[in-house]
Amino acid sequence: MSSIGTGYDLSVTTFSPDGRVFQIEYAAKAVDNSGTVVAIKCKDGIVMGVEKLIASKMLLPGSNRRIHSVHRHSGMAVAGLAADGRQIVTRAKSEATNYEKFVSRHLSCKVPLVSVDAAEAGDTEMVYGEAIPVKELAERVASYVHLCTLYWWLRPFGCGVIVGGYDRDGPQLYMIEPSGISYRYFGAAIGKGRQAAKTEIEKLKLSEMTCRQGVIEVAKIIYGVHDEAKDKAFELEMSWVCDESNRQHQKVPENLLEEAKAAAKAALEEMDAD
Amino acid sequence: MDSIYNDLNAPHSMGTTIIGVTYDGGVVLGADSRTSTGMYVANRASDKITQLTDNVYICRSGSAADSQVLSDYVRYYLHQHTIQLGQPATVKVAANLVRMVSYNNKNMLQTGLIVGGWDKYEGGKIYGIPLGGTLLEQPFTIGGSGSSYLYGFFDQVWKEGMTQDEAEKLVVKAVSLAIARDGASGGVVRTVTINKDGVSRKFYPGNTLPLWHEELEAKDSLLDSLSATSPEPMVS
Repeated sequence: MSSIGTGYDLSVTTFSPDGRVFQIEYAAKAVDNSGTVVAIKCKDGIVMGVEKLIASKMLLPGSNRRIHSVHRHSGMAVAGLAADGRQIVTRAKSEATNYEKFVSRHLSCKVPLVSVDAAEAGDTEMVYGEAIPVKELAERVASYVHLCTLYWWLRPFGCGVIVGGYDRDGPQLYMIEPSGISYRYFGAAIGKGRQAAKTEIEKLKLSEMTCRQGVIEVAKIIYGVHDEAKDKAFELEMSWVCDESNRQHQKVPENLLEEAKAAAKAALEEMDAD
Repeated sequence: MDSIYNDLNAPHSMGTTIIGVTYDGGVVLGADSRTSTGMYVANRASDKITQLTDNVYICRSGSAADSQVLSDYVRYYLHQHTIQLGQPATVKVAANLVRMVSYNNKNMLQTGLIVGGWDKYEGGKIYGIPLGGTLLEQPFTIGGSGSSYLYGFFDQVWKEGMTQDEAEKLVVKAVSLAIARDGASGGVVRTVTINKDGVSRKFYPGNTLPLWHEELEAKDSLLDSLSATSPEPMVS
């Protein structure tokens, strides 16, 4: 997969002779080097978990959130450059709110000036009076990410994003890569441990699993793929949106999170004991 | 003396009676068919129930031009929305778009509307959007100049969870009552019934409608009255 695209990799508006845009592939590398993000679609909702690598002991636990609520019914987990992720989340929140409610230009949250998008610049924004369908949200975010790969004066976003939401068509999971591709998934993983994580996810019977069980499984996977040798400490951050949470996107409740962490640690010890 | 051409040049207005009613499984929309230009009836068989999407229709009242253009805009927006969404738009979204256009242009528009339809999430729904651009979801609603005469009638006769037949009969009866009393409403009664099985249009010509208090039989020709027998003298 890796190759140096000497000469053809200086600008995102240059194709290589074999039809690749190297800048986008390099952007994907930034995502691959970040802490693992795992998300699964259970029968009654979505569970997302992040392996938050702790850079310094001085960091307050619970700070530097990697999972954000975008709307009542959906959330976004970010992997890669955190600052880029912030931008995408802000845009997603803006899309979600403006889809549903009419917000005066003065009051609407500061959407980044970056976009050249006609619908953003003009006043043709449509207001639909209902919560944005998750599919629509994912498409708009993907479109925005892709936008930034089209102009030489912009660089691609160095982050991948997993959008998990529960709308009237049921729970849905989308993954958006720095290239702007967006696909719908049953289970997705990005970051360092994604290969191992994907293998683990494939073993799960997602269509029969509830989110309660899903939380435990995701915790086990993240603890499992965490590389003790290379990265010392990490903090597990998890969120869900399911029937039990009343279809609202929220942090997994404390006691369930502790239960999941305990189960994950126990599973690890079992493996080590072999 | 005012110009005799005043009426002919007046803007087309639909005096109108429009009604939207939910029943168990869908909605029934009803309207009269009179479009007047002042005192002149410009169109005595107009269709005031307009399609916005396959599953959502709108009843128009007030200025004919305003309501037509508004419907055209909303149909266009909904068409794009449907393509983007990949499935039929919901009645709520359609009603919201109508409301946005109506509210944002309230200074220029003069039209009261009723949006009704069926979608797979909420079933049959009726939304009333009167002059200023309010949006109100209601189990039934009435509009237009003829509606003034129907408030008491609906208060008494309305009940939740009617059958399709009951709802259609109710709507036809109501419109015909309004036509009897409101000079700006008349002509035929049109109804559109929308449910999970689709849309069905019905048409009730004026002479099939029941006669109300003091109404006379419709006459096809004035010459008929020449050969009619004179009324019996009243005897106390």
